[in-house]
Amino acid sequence: MADYIWLIPLFPALGFIINSSFGGRASKTLVAWVACLALFAAFLSSVAVFYEFLQLPASARVFERDIYNWIASGEMSVNIGFRLDPLSVIMCLVVTGVGFLIHVYSVGYMHDDPGFKRFFIYLNLFVFMMLLLVTGNSLPLMFVGWEGVGLCSYLLIGFWYEKDSAADAGKKAFIVNRVGDFGFLIGVFFLFVSLGAHGVWTMNIGEVGRNAHLLSGPAVTVITLLFFVGAVGKSAQIPLYVWLPDAMEGPTPVSSLIHAATMVTAGVYMIARLNILYSMAPDTLYVVAVIGVLTAFFAASIGFAQYDIKKVLAYSTISQLGFMFVAMGVGAYAAGIFHLMTHAFFKGLLFLGAGSVMHAMSGELDLRNMGGLRKKTPITYWTFFIACLAIAGIPGFSGFFSKDEILWKAFSSPHGDLWIWLLGAVTAGMTAFYMFRLFFSTFHGECRASEEVKHHIHESPRVMTIPLMILAVLSLAGGYVGVPHLLGGDNAIEQFLAPVFGHATQAKTALHFDIVTSAWASSGAGGHEAALELALMVASVLIALLGIALAYLYYVKNPALPDRFTARFVGLFRWVHSKYFVDELYDFVFVRGTLRAGAFLLKVADGWIIEGLVNGTAALVKRSGDRLRKLETGYVQEYAFGIILGAIIVVGYLIAIPMF
Amino acid sequence: MLQEIPPGLCFILSGILFMIGAIGVIIRRNVIVVFMCIELMLNAVNLVFIAASGALSSMDGSVFVFFIMTVAAVEAAVGMAIFVMVFRLYHTINADEMNLLKG
Repeated sequence: MADYIWLIPLFPALGFIINSSFGGRASKTLVAWVACLALFAAFLSSVAVFYEFLQLPASARVFERDIYNWIASGEMSVNIGFRLDPLSVIMCLVVTGVGFLIHVYSVGYMHDDPGFKRFFIYLNLFVFMMLLLVTGNSLPLMFVGWEGVGLCSYLLIGFWYEKDSAADAGKKAFIVNRVGDFGFLIGVFFLFVSLGAHGVWTMNIGEVGRNAHLLSGPAVTVITLLFFVGAVGKSAQIPLYVWLPDAMEGPTPVSSLIHAATMVTAGVYMIARLNILYSMAPDTLYVVAVIGVLTAFFAASIGFAQYDIKKVLAYSTISQLGFMFVAMGVGAYAAGIFHLMTHAFFKGLLFLGAGSVMHAMSGELDLRNMGGLRKKTPITYWTFFIACLAIAGIPGFSGFFSKDEILWKAFSSPHGDLWIWLLGAVTAGMTAFYMFRLFFSTFHGECRASEEVKHHIHESPRVMTIPLMILAVLSLAGGYVGVPHLLGGDNAIEQFLAPVFGHATQAKTALHFDIVTSAWASSGAGGHEAALELALMVASVLIALLGIALAYLYYVKNPALPDRFTARFVGLFRWVHSKYFVDELYDFVFVRGTLRAGAFLLKVADGWIIEGLVNGTAALVKRSGDRLRKLETGYVQEYAFGIILGAIIVVGYLIAIPMF
Repeated sequence: MLQEIPPGLCFILSGILFMIGAIGVIIRRNVIVVFMCIELMLNAVNLVFIAASGALSSMDGSVFVFFIMTVAAVEAAVGMAIFVMVFRLYHTINADEMNLLKG
């Protein structure tokens, strides 16, 4: 299999090529089959590699293969090659597995759309680029995938391009991402040059990892910060998160695949991939953790006051990505990747469920016009319920294991801190509240839709509900690959990922345990950290249950309470509902600032300097011409006088020279 | 035998003639007179050549004089033809009134 790892990205590429070349005349069914089969084949290949990995000893679980010499220039040589290790295999499984389910779902969801074929072409291209990003063995190839998914994101957000808002959202996503990509690219260059200074000219990720010890501390800090700028853009963290809520203009399966399950996690993947560099830069790790936890909290609070079902989910995604960055920032890479995986399951499911709700409600997005869907769409109801329990972190569901792992590491890791844990735990409670607010207002209570819409409410076709059910099973069971030691598990995913993330961080964590135990527990044998872990776990579960209970009180028991609350705190509510006016601030500072700078440059640099130079030259020539033409009188005799005068001067000069 | 004239005097004479010609070219209005002044300047130059030729016992100067006289004759013919045409067009040969080349 090692020789054929390039097959994984090849299948979606084939699907893309076949559909874009021959899809024009083919029937919708055929296009859908090609696209879905391409994904399924890629999924099977990933499973095959995964299976093969399980047979091998942990140290042998790296397949790397170059297939083409892409750039050869002086010291630089970049190959197009693929690298599969436990980290990229997990990413491949998530991307192709969830991607396949979403492809199948889209067949039903997009069935009546005139852009059906175009949609699947873009989706296949997206999956190809995403696989390139996670399997590429060099930074430039990773960057190609990185930009490729950005392009597909742009194309798919603006899929209904005749709608102004969709086209604008696409542009916004692309431009905001460019800011991050700039950081990524500068980081790549800087890394290349810094390693080159030590005689190691390479962009291969494995080589970079092996030679990372050559780099000096400040250089690593700067490089990792630059890479983190890229991650902030792609994974929608403060301050570059503004594009993700707007990206909900795209079709719902796109929001599910790109803006929840896969593309937005690329930043997390990238940090995990470069974990060797990040582990060398504690300052950067601290920045990552702080940005992550702040984003998680901030986005969750916005989620409280949104009425658009997809916007709530979008802010929830930003918030969950924040959790993943917290995990990266405290050095708990495996926990972050674990959460990435479970999040792909339950958030993908939530978005698909939201799509199913929209399908039932004739495209309605506003929570205020929903309610009472429980009876009419039972499958959507139950799957959505499972996903909500998972994201809220109820014990037994996948989100519980991954989120709790992150929170525990946020507290116990040498890079962690108590306040990060506290903010994270509060955010987890907020998550539970707004998710169940969403859940209760959609499925419980009286239906607030108009009679016409109410009449049409129906469960989605099976092609849509079966992916929902599979994802629900995954949301339920996906967490059991990472049951912590405390609960009798052996944290299989962390062990599986250990070859990538190394044992260095674990050793450090173990060292820190002593400090923690000595600081927090009095004395005695081991088991104190276990007790502490259990206490924190119970605390976070209690916070989550409190959030759910509050949501139940507000939105089921006493539906008048939210209105009373908003009436009481009008200013606060408006502030949060308008997303803290961050968009307005950015519009004022960056958009209008740019426009104003442009107007200023138009006036000064262009109007005065450039046009001044050009017009000034013209005016000078014209004016001197006006003066000089007076000399040309047309009288022959004056010319003759000029000649004579000139001759006298020349002769006079020639005579005068020898005299002095 | 004729008294030999010192070349210095010849040069002074030719200088005077040349200046008269040049001033005539500049200040006279009638183009025919201007033309005559040009001839005067040419002949002043001829005089220098002849005098120098005699003083240096070289024939080079004398040869130049023949060339200049030939060219002057040709030039006079062409110039006169132009003046005739100008007169037919403008009914004047005043240099003051010919300023079509004015800038």
